[in-house]
Amino acid sequence: MSHGPAGHRASAERGIELRRLTLGWHDSDRAATLREHTDRYGPAPLRAMSKHDLLAQVAAAGLTGRGGAGFPTGTKMRAVASNRGPAVVVANGMESEPASEKDQALLARAPHLVLDGIAVAAEAVGAAEAHLCLARTRDWLIDIVAAAVSERQRAGLDHVQVSVHDLPHHYVSSEETSLVHWLNGGDARPVTTPPRPFERGVGKRPTLIDNVETLAHVALIARYGARWFREAGLADAAGTMLMTVTGAVRQPGVYEVEAGAAVGDVLSLAGVDPASEAVLIGGYFGTWHSTSSVAGLPLTAAGLRQAGGSPGAGVLFALPPGSCGLAEAARIMRFLASQGAQQCGPCMFGLPAISEDLAQLAAGRPDGDTLGRMQRRLGVISGRGACHHPDGAVRMAASAMQTFAADAHSHARGRPCVASHRGGSQAVGLPVPRPFAEGEWR
Amino acid sequence: MTMTQTLKLQIDPIACTGHGLCADLLPELIELDEWGYPIIRDSVPPDLAAHARRAVNACPALALRLNRVAA
Repeated sequence: MSHGPAGHRASAERGIELRRLTLGWHDSDRAATLREHTDRYGPAPLRAMSKHDLLAQVAAAGLTGRGGAGFPTGTKMRAVASNRGPAVVVANGMESEPASEKDQALLARAPHLVLDGIAVAAEAVGAAEAHLCLARTRDWLIDIVAAAVSERQRAGLDHVQVSVHDLPHHYVSSEETSLVHWLNGGDARPVTTPPRPFERGVGKRPTLIDNVETLAHVALIARYGARWFREAGLADAAGTMLMTVTGAVRQPGVYEVEAGAAVGDVLSLAGVDPASEAVLIGGYFGTWHSTSSVAGLPLTAAGLRQAGGSPGAGVLFALPPGSCGLAEAARIMRFLASQGAQQCGPCMFGLPAISEDLAQLAAGRPDGDTLGRMQRRLGVISGRGACHHPDGAVRMAASAMQTFAADAHSHARGRPCVASHRGGSQAVGLPVPRPFAEGEWR
Repeated sequence: MTMTQTLKLQIDPIACTGHGLCADLLPELIELDEWGYPIIRDSVPPDLAAHARRAVNACPALALRLNRVAA
């Protein structure tokens, strides 16, 4: 049981790169069919293990959530399984982080790995229904996933049918309470907790919500076991992880690396421009760092903690040389401020205020003591929303102020750098930040 | 063995609309940010329990709660 897929070791390892989830992605440019999938990994591991053993294997594997929060998956599954009555499994494929592409890539190339993971998770927690949530704006992805679900139905593979849903695509719609609220017939907006979804979620039943990459790892742990899973990574950060590497790199894209790989090595894998001096780790919800200060740190929660960062949803953005970090941070902040659920005062008013401060600073046109005002505002927002949206936005802005402190002070004195005049780096800057459609939460 | 309990203030941030009455009634523990929304120190010392209850009862949005938690 502890043997990986055939040929896995021989063909799939290259330095820190290790192909487990991404095995065979280069063989074709479309989704693996069910046949190709089982050729690659062996048959779906349903009923191969008891519920008890599944839970034990996932816990022993040390798998943590790959959606950003990094919570131990085994602990979450046990909590859901121990609650009364039939449970519900929700797979989170919303990927609302604009800089991240890994969940879309995974669903587009290996949908059956995710669907296997949902089936295994459903068995492990005793679920009678399962849902897969995708962003409504991604028709192409919904089509691929729906086709894979039908393929499995025709093969009579799963006990629990997976319903594929298209949710409004807002940044906060991917929060787990948003998913639950939407599946219960409400808006795709966060709600106040408790109760936590694992206690009372979809249909008031105990609900397991996991990121799609997390579930794909569960599918492999069910096949090959915890010991195999731990052959990659570190003791406190096991397995592999998908990373989206963008910005000033020669080959932007999704990479699967061993957990614990150093930031600098992952950047090198994508061919980072050696002149890039700063990196955004974790995406729009992440933190800015000078590349030299983090290059040697492992891309794990523990490894990045000393630098005040976290792997988040697995994003590295290398700041292009010659572009202004403050201007990039201001663009992100404007996007995040526009993406709140408009429910909680500190977020609704605080983020636009900070966004305006940062924009003034980036442009080198301070209005009074912009720097002092922003620092004060950055200190009073965290922890005061129903969800973590304001916390993440504030952390990103605060890290920019720290990493680009020298720039911030000259900008505050009305001496912006040349790059900020160009309005950020259009050519290789951060992707997307055009706000999604207003309203429409249902 | 006696279980000590403390009182904790909690705000439902979605329900809160920033009336600000709580800060008037309990300035020892609640201040307002520049937009009029409360910033709380959540542990309520015993001598402020009555004031805290008054603030909770006065909230027009029913957004302020007082919870008893095991210390």
